[in-house]
Amino acid sequence: MEKGNGCCSIMASSATITFFLVGMTLVMCRVLYAMYRSSKPLRKRAPQPVSTLIVLGSGGHTAEMLNLMSVLQKDRFSPRIYIAAATDNMSLQKACLFENSLADENGVGAVKTAQFMQIYRSREVGQSYVTSVWTTLLAIVHALQLMIKIRPQVILCNGPGTCIPLCAIAFLFKVLGIRWSSIFYVESIARVKRLSLSGLLLYKLRIADELFVQWPQLQRKYPRAHYVGCLM
Amino acid sequence: MGDTENGEKARKTVFVTVGTTLFDALVRAVDSLEVKQELLKRGYTNLVIQMGRGSYTPTKSGGEDGSLAVDFFTFSSSIADYLRSASLVISHAVVAIAQSSDILLLDWICFVVYGSGSIFETLRLGKPLIVVVNEDLMDNHQIELAEELAERKHLYCARPQTLHQTIESMDLESLLPYPPGDAMPVAKLINQFLGFPDD
Repeated sequence: MEKGNGCCSIMASSATITFFLVGMTLVMCRVLYAMYRSSKPLRKRAPQPVSTLIVLGSGGHTAEMLNLMSVLQKDRFSPRIYIAAATDNMSLQKACLFENSLADENGVGAVKTAQFMQIYRSREVGQSYVTSVWTTLLAIVHALQLMIKIRPQVILCNGPGTCIPLCAIAFLFKVLGIRWSSIFYVESIARVKRLSLSGLLLYKLRIADELFVQWPQLQRKYPRAHYVGCLM
Repeated sequence: MGDTENGEKARKTVFVTVGTTLFDALVRAVDSLEVKQELLKRGYTNLVIQMGRGSYTPTKSGGEDGSLAVDFFTFSSSIADYLRSASLVISHAVVAIAQSSDILLLDWICFVVYGSGSIFETLRLGKPLIVVVNEDLMDNHQIELAEELAERKHLYCARPQTLHQTIESMDLESLLPYPPGDAMPVAKLINQFLGFPDD
């Protein structure tokens, strides 16, 4: 009996290990597939408008992003959801002004197709590392909540760090098959020779489908990036 | 430049700004005798310094006896007016670029710009500009940007210690206007990626 039990438990544990290994392999395959498929243009044509999440940084980042928004076709990228850090009041104000100016141009309530949201930041400048563990957790949960609600088809971001949790969750959704979002990252004009940390993460981990840079030197250094000239 | 004040000699103002940063080294540099003399030689008559949070206070001067008239303040909501009336702008990197071109890299200057009318109205003043980089404070990438734009002859780039040499040797005629940026290439690539037809 004892011997049988031992045998059973060995079999059970080897079965568990096998399951675990197979499971892990499947997950890895899926992750690699998601990485491989990202950065490939979408196969089917998309005549329908795409829900678009626009992650605003601050100051110059926001100005660059709104400059891009001004040339994107509003009927294709709709509805538009703007997100900024909860501590950054200016950016959403500017986005709101921008959307209102569109509404004035068209004479219709374009505001209906735009939403504005705030997100907690994981760490403020100068915050202590002890409390930032808690705030980081809070920020991740909040980002997850927002992403479940929005499930955007397109994510536009240009740094700084606010976009990282959102892009990571979008990638997780890709792996899990919840939503396939196309992630576009535009590196700031202020980056001439090196990518920012956000840009580097999204590039190296292949989370961004396409990464745009505004200086030719950067494109030479990061060949998968697209050189697009200065946006501003 | 052609402004005349009650028929007196033309007033040529140099506006120095440090934005919201602390940059005493720049304020001290422009307040130095060397820099003031070089500015006088170049025909500038007035020096206005926005000194921000700095603790170094420059010496005010009325500009009698043919010296440079010096005035300063900490902050102002009408920076745009100062920029508009200046003949030369000397600034710490980020704000400076905002004036020489359409690039808006600082909240504060964005506020000035956005505050006045349309959201995409930008300060395209085309004023000659010297960026003085603050190596203590700035990330390297901001210095890299200033140097890149200097290489492309859109502005001059200096350090506080070399500012007077830059003023002495600069040739404002050789500066090239910053071409307006274009977001269309990005928009096109995004559209292609998503399978939208080209217009």
